[in-house]
Amino acid sequence: MKAIVNISLKAGVLDSQGKAVHHALESLHFNAVKDVRVGKQIVLQLDCDDKKKALADVTKMCEDLLANTVIEDYDIELV
Amino acid sequence: MTKVTILQFPGTNCEYDTQYAFERLGAKTEILWHKADKVPQDTDLLVIAGGFSYGDYLRSGAIARFSPVMRAVEAYAKAGGKVLGICNGFQVLTEARLLPGALKRNEQLHFLSKHHHLKVINNDNDFLKKLNVGDVVNIPIAHHDGNYFIDAVGLKELEENNQILLRYTDAKGNIQNPNGSVESIAGICNKQQNVFGLMPHPERAMETILGSDDGVAMLQGFLKA
Repeated sequence: MKAIVNISLKAGVLDSQGKAVHHALESLHFNAVKDVRVGKQIVLQLDCDDKKKALADVTKMCEDLLANTVIEDYDIELV
Repeated sequence: MTKVTILQFPGTNCEYDTQYAFERLGAKTEILWHKADKVPQDTDLLVIAGGFSYGDYLRSGAIARFSPVMRAVEAYAKAGGKVLGICNGFQVLTEARLLPGALKRNEQLHFLSKHHHLKVINNDNDFLKKLNVGDVVNIPIAHHDGNYFIDAVGLKELEENNQILLRYTDAKGNIQNPNGSVESIAGICNKQQNVFGLMPHPERAMETILGSDDGVAMLQGFLKA
């Protein structure tokens, strides 16, 4: 099973990279863009068939190491 | 004589500057590799030196926080031992939750390396007791992720407990924020006032030939009288 973890700065935490990308898009006249948030994706190959267990394990990984929950949100997709 | 133990992770690069600085002030020093499982018993101050622990992979300080020595550091801090985190060391201390908040990428997205002024906000602690409230010191900064963040509730707590120690200013003491840090915060301590963290590098300001010796007064506070 594969776990795809998406990590981004929490809403309300200023995302300077997102802001810079937004300005660049505006200068290219992509005027429909209202906001940009830049995050990172971590893909984990898991040796596990149990979705429930995988979700619990990856959640613990996010809380302990992969995300800093003071400033970041994460979501987990199992495929 | 004061004994200062300086932590060294893979990627630490300020351990020898820190050693030089404290030895110049008359302390005895030891550099401790991160695989150690305990802190030397006679340690009076533990310093987490600057650098790029584990290449700053994932986030600055995120991986160092799980090095074997960090368990001993946590126990040492909880028992009241004094800990100072400089730059990457500050990031490691926030990741380890020994200090509140987190360090984000600098607002302008640049790596900043220059001298910057700081104002002393609170000197009722070992770190800054040789300085006066309102003093302005000139200390180098060198960081990519020095943008201190804490939520509104946490900020209120820091203020109420006098945990904000240093703010970024200009030479006259007017706020001048280089990196977007909340309330221009450059350094804080924990509630118990035994764990200190700052982004600037006092160990690089020990001699006027290097541009400033204002680091002397900052680090002297930790020495036994």
